[in-house]
Amino acid sequence: MKAILALEDGTCFPGRSFTGECFAGGEAIFNTGMSGYQEILTDPSYVGQMVAMTSPHIGNYGVNEQDVESSRIFVEAFIVKECCKTPSNWRSVSSLPDYLIRHGVAGIEGVDTRALTRHLRIHGAQRGVISTSDTDDPAKLVQKARELPAMEGSNLAGAVTPTQPYAWDGARPKPVTIRPDGGYDWPGPGPRVAVYDFGIKWNILRLLAAQGLDVLVVPASYDADRVKKLAPEAIFLSNGPGDPAALTEVVHAARVLADSYPTAGICLGHQILGLAFGGTTYKLKFGHHGCNHPVMDVRTGHIAITSQNHGFCVDLGGVDGFATTHVNLNDRTLEGFAHLKKPVIAIQHHPEASPGPHDSRYFFKEFREMLSKELGR
Amino acid sequence: MPKRTDIKKIMIIGSGPIVIGQGCEFDYSGSQAAKSLKEEGYEVVLVNSNPATIMTDPELADRTYIEPIVPDIVAKIIAKERPDALLPTLGGQTGLNTAVSLAEAGVLDEYGVELIGASLPVIKKAESRELFRAAMENIGLKVPVSGICRTMDDVREWGRKIAFPIIVRPAFTLGGQGGGVAYNMEDLEAIARVGLAASLKSEIMLEQSVLGWKEFELEVMRDTKDNCVIICSIENIDAMGVHTGDSITVAPAQTLTDLEYQNMRDASVAIMREIGVETGGSNVQFAVNPADGEMVVIEMNPRVSRSSALASKATGFPIAKIAAKLAVGYTLDEIPNDITRETMASFEPTIDYCVVKIPRFTFEKFPGAQDTLSTAMKSVGEAMSIGRTFKEALQKGLRSLETGMPGLGKEFSRKFRDPQDILASLRNPSSVRLYAVREAIIAGIGVEDIHAASHIDPWFIRQLAEIVGMEDKLRSFALADGLAPNNPHCADMLRQAKELGFSDRQLAALWKRSEFDIRNLRKDSGVTPTYYLVDTCAAEFEAYTPYFYSTYETGKEIAPSDGKKVVILGGGPNRIGQGIEFDYCCCHASYALKELGVESIMVNSNPETVSTDYDTSDRLYFEPLTLEDTLSIIEFEKPFGVIVQFGGQTPLNLAVPLLRAGVPILGTSPDSIDRAEDRERFQALLRKLGLRQPANGTAMSFEAARNIAAEIGYPVVVRPSYVLGGRAMEIVYDEESLASYFKVAAVASPEHPILVDKFLENAIEVDVDALSDGTDTYVAGIMEHIEEAGIHSGDSACVLPPHTLSPEVVREIERQTVALAAELGVVGLMNIQFALKDELVYILEVNPRASRTAPFVSKATGVPLAKLATRVMLGEKIKDLDPWSKRRRGYLAVKESVFPFNRFAGVDVLLGPEMRSTGEVMGLDVSFGLAFMKSQLAAGQRLPLSGTVFISVNDQDKQAVLPAVEILRDCGFTITATKGTAAFLSSHGVPAKTVLKVFEGRPHVVDMIKNREIDLVINTALGKTTVRDSMTIRQTTLLYNIPYTTTVAGAKAMAQAVKEMIASGLEVKSLQEYYA
Repeated sequence: MKAILALEDGTCFPGRSFTGECFAGGEAIFNTGMSGYQEILTDPSYVGQMVAMTSPHIGNYGVNEQDVESSRIFVEAFIVKECCKTPSNWRSVSSLPDYLIRHGVAGIEGVDTRALTRHLRIHGAQRGVISTSDTDDPAKLVQKARELPAMEGSNLAGAVTPTQPYAWDGARPKPVTIRPDGGYDWPGPGPRVAVYDFGIKWNILRLLAAQGLDVLVVPASYDADRVKKLAPEAIFLSNGPGDPAALTEVVHAARVLADSYPTAGICLGHQILGLAFGGTTYKLKFGHHGCNHPVMDVRTGHIAITSQNHGFCVDLGGVDGFATTHVNLNDRTLEGFAHLKKPVIAIQHHPEASPGPHDSRYFFKEFREMLSKELGR
Repeated sequence: MPKRTDIKKIMIIGSGPIVIGQGCEFDYSGSQAAKSLKEEGYEVVLVNSNPATIMTDPELADRTYIEPIVPDIVAKIIAKERPDALLPTLGGQTGLNTAVSLAEAGVLDEYGVELIGASLPVIKKAESRELFRAAMENIGLKVPVSGICRTMDDVREWGRKIAFPIIVRPAFTLGGQGGGVAYNMEDLEAIARVGLAASLKSEIMLEQSVLGWKEFELEVMRDTKDNCVIICSIENIDAMGVHTGDSITVAPAQTLTDLEYQNMRDASVAIMREIGVETGGSNVQFAVNPADGEMVVIEMNPRVSRSSALASKATGFPIAKIAAKLAVGYTLDEIPNDITRETMASFEPTIDYCVVKIPRFTFEKFPGAQDTLSTAMKSVGEAMSIGRTFKEALQKGLRSLETGMPGLGKEFSRKFRDPQDILASLRNPSSVRLYAVREAIIAGIGVEDIHAASHIDPWFIRQLAEIVGMEDKLRSFALADGLAPNNPHCADMLRQAKELGFSDRQLAALWKRSEFDIRNLRKDSGVTPTYYLVDTCAAEFEAYTPYFYSTYETGKEIAPSDGKKVVILGGGPNRIGQGIEFDYCCCHASYALKELGVESIMVNSNPETVSTDYDTSDRLYFEPLTLEDTLSIIEFEKPFGVIVQFGGQTPLNLAVPLLRAGVPILGTSPDSIDRAEDRERFQALLRKLGLRQPANGTAMSFEAARNIAAEIGYPVVVRPSYVLGGRAMEIVYDEESLASYFKVAAVASPEHPILVDKFLENAIEVDVDALSDGTDTYVAGIMEHIEEAGIHSGDSACVLPPHTLSPEVVREIERQTVALAAELGVVGLMNIQFALKDELVYILEVNPRASRTAPFVSKATGVPLAKLATRVMLGEKIKDLDPWSKRRRGYLAVKESVFPFNRFAGVDVLLGPEMRSTGEVMGLDVSFGLAFMKSQLAAGQRLPLSGTVFISVNDQDKQAVLPAVEILRDCGFTITATKGTAAFLSSHGVPAKTVLKVFEGRPHVVDMIKNREIDLVINTALGKTTVRDSMTIRQTTLLYNIPYTTTVAGAKAMAQAVKEMIASGLEVKSLQEYYA
């Protein structure tokens, strides 16, 4: 079925829907990863975004039950050159089109994704709509794209954060009971970590658990006092979508908590910590979305190939008391920092990968070691 | 870390002649490395015996040794040059093995030479199956159950422990040579015996079969700071059981989930660390069980490889160049990515297209060899293609192969064989297996059944099914709808077909129109290709590298450049008769254009080559060399001219159609080419010039051929017109063989006449390369063949300058060359084959184009022929270029050919008019004997200086071989011979021991060869019976790697070489010294 991707600057890309009639809107971005579309689809950081894959053949290995990063698909729409209808992989339980249809998410193919990528690189990420109707009236669709909310200033984390705290059972979230006094009976022997879920990827939880940590996940709405009542021993700020600058309350909570607890942040969590300590954030022209970004750990000189997915970046210029720990070697943007005195570490990229290389997994070990040092266990 | 300053002089060992399993990819990697090290200010000493390589161009290194790549010779070069370091990882298995031998012999320690890139323990850990397996177990990776065997007893023992089928893999060999799959104990013993003999260390591994598992390969790079990146993942369409070199492969991997891919990536990095490869590129092969994802490690190469060349071309990431920089201490983050300019080499390329590599086979050249693919590599070349989708890339790749297939389908017949026969073809993969899959789809065999028989992943089968499905759609469209540019459905249909990679030729066949009708219809419908970049980053960064592929997308990414520009059409995939020599000429054309300030645009489809390095030309189009694809580029770029005379037969075949399409062809006009190739016109030309040709005629039928032969007298040479590399050419001695030729080899018809020439027995053949501007002609090189006429010029050894021709004959050859060039109006290069008999000069063939010998002559004389020819084609005059003043003298150069006989069991090694060599080497020295000795050594024949020579020659050769035998006797050799030969020799004063022929009882000659009681074999044969009788001798000789010759001239040259070698030994000398 004929479909059109219309961008706010008036550019249109023709394609075909492989999910039937559809209409979707969001920020159009591209991802350069060559594998891992299922992880991308289910990554809550992509809420509000329509993702175009630069790799032309998508869907080849279908969809399985294990490689999910959350309970559902979060991308607004999926744009590919060619979608495979009959997958081939021993773990596959469903085809990509069926998966998208089941979750009510639009998918289009036949798009010149290289032309689209070049367009976004040159003119920047922008709003767009995908539609199977009005394909003969692109101007109307462009207008609809212009009416969408802008990414800057949008609090999307609020839209994907859970309403209730939960724990992690090894494979999926597990409901918990918070005591009436606001306290929590931590079940495990490991260091107690309160994890803010701004749209967390499950692999972060899998890897935190693998470090022997006792994990309690809390919603973004929890302020510092509420978290303190839970009696955690450390704080972890997750990844998530949208503009960090829109999260003023969360930033405040992070500042307070990081003063009292060993704290770590990934991606949006990194940006929140940056803002909390007086840095600023700015929007990248077309963001970093892929699995091949080189990041140097400036403390060791070692380079990791990292999984990245962010549209905003931290600028710590002028803020004292911090050391840059990681730098992106492609564009020299900040990829990680540490407080010089306090046990606070953060990185912009995704050590949990999923999808992407596992090179940065040492971040979880570092977090664990930091806790051992602070907590003596 | 900055580069090392404690080393100043670095030696690079090349890979020697082109052989199966070791093609020109190592010229690509070696020349990249040499350039990049020189750029860093290091002094580079280079060793390679192959004169047709760019790396042996004297400008590329400070010292270039065209010497045999054998440990004792390389040791001499080390003693002379005293390099600080040796980089062993760029010259393929040959370079690596030589470095290992030098290290083990203590040569490197003695002269304080450091192995950089990979140390001795690392190489051994990666290459020895036992050490490798232990290392893998150490890091928790699985390898197939296996056992190392050094004796047949070991083989029998392990054969009882591992379940059949068992894979036999010899250690330290090329391309899995000597390996195979054994289904029972008897198979196992036979294969293992060959494998033990083929292995340099007499070591083979018996391995649990993972036949049918999916095969993957990852290209890894590591620097001194332990940073690792994966450059490319490659998935084989052919499952385990077909050698990777023979497999159709795809990049990136298509059927792995991210989890599976990352596990493989983690394993690759862990392997790099465990094996300890300090710096550079390696490849790791994996097999994955399609049923449950179980992954096992198959092998790793601690060096750049055929796959790393492919990965470089597939991604745009120059692995060899970066590997060289890493070896001298740089880290990945210190090396800029040329393509993006703003980012560094420390990243992983991501690609937004699909790359397909398809191997090229030449089974037709080796009667008796079976077209079945197994674990020993048999392909001689490969084509690579790029498309936005797999389907587009695959069909482009199939037409790039130049086997006559315009894509997956050709005539689109709906006929198919019995399904059981099709399934049998799928179970026994051959060079045409993909066409069998197409047939299976047409026959209605289901994807699962095709998969079960072929082990090809269903994803690929479904892709093929989509292409086949499109055939139907296209056919019914033409029936139902109108083919007209004003029909919008037609444009839509054309675009759909093009997106699936269909060629105009295929559409022409489907729609029963001419190719040009389709082309015009397509262009009028607005369906034309666009050109996209290979940029390592999927358009995430702006790219500066001018490396393009065509695709039927709608975006416009590049514009044709302004300024004066010239398109060079390359040679396509390597095959016998068309190899690296032509790529060498194309590269030189590009270099010459650069010197002239003219923009160069290269078109080629061969990923192994230097010409497809994005550094070589101003623009590179990685495209099939078909009329459609080249014309589209030419129409897009609108060049000043197109060079077709350097890339061999491939572009030459395009000359006339391109000219008809209005394309300006540079240099010698296509009409002149036709005058030289068309029999009648050529005869008229010779008559006009008063030149002599062997008596001949053209036959449209057997009867006509019989009459011609009767008239001119036997023996005659028969061959079809318009062939390359002596395809189906034969010398026949009587009517009976003539009749059988017509029955077996060729069908004559008015469209395809058979040429019949008088065969000049015992004539001396001479090859001449010349350069002409239409007015003046420079006779660049006169090469005297060592073997007598009748052996394909590409297969015979030759010497330059000629060493037995009289000055009068040389002058006459020169005179005739000049006259022919002037008459044909040659502008550029020309090659002529002469034959000398009884002091008379005959012309056998004239080719007004670059010949296979152009690089050899250039290296032997110091005159860069292809460069000068390019300048001449652009209007410069030979008088002004003055090649005469550049010519170097004072030494002899011997070219020897290298043959793939040891790859094809059951094929006779006798030389004939059909070309079968894959590569060549050059021996340089001050005397013929020493130069010949070097050429033999370089070609893998170490002539003995003492011991026993075995002689068996037919009656007419007995007198002729006598002088050679006398020399060998004087050198102290024991002479043994078959009864007749022995009697003849003894009666002529050379006592010889008699040895029994195979059918005369035992112990016979083959027993002696097997017992290694014979050190040299001289064996000529003529006529069908003797050929059959002596074949066993030659086969055994080959198997036991004993030096042999099958010609009297070869025997003479060998005897002289042995004599001179005993007298003076071998010394080494660089090209720069020869030229000084």
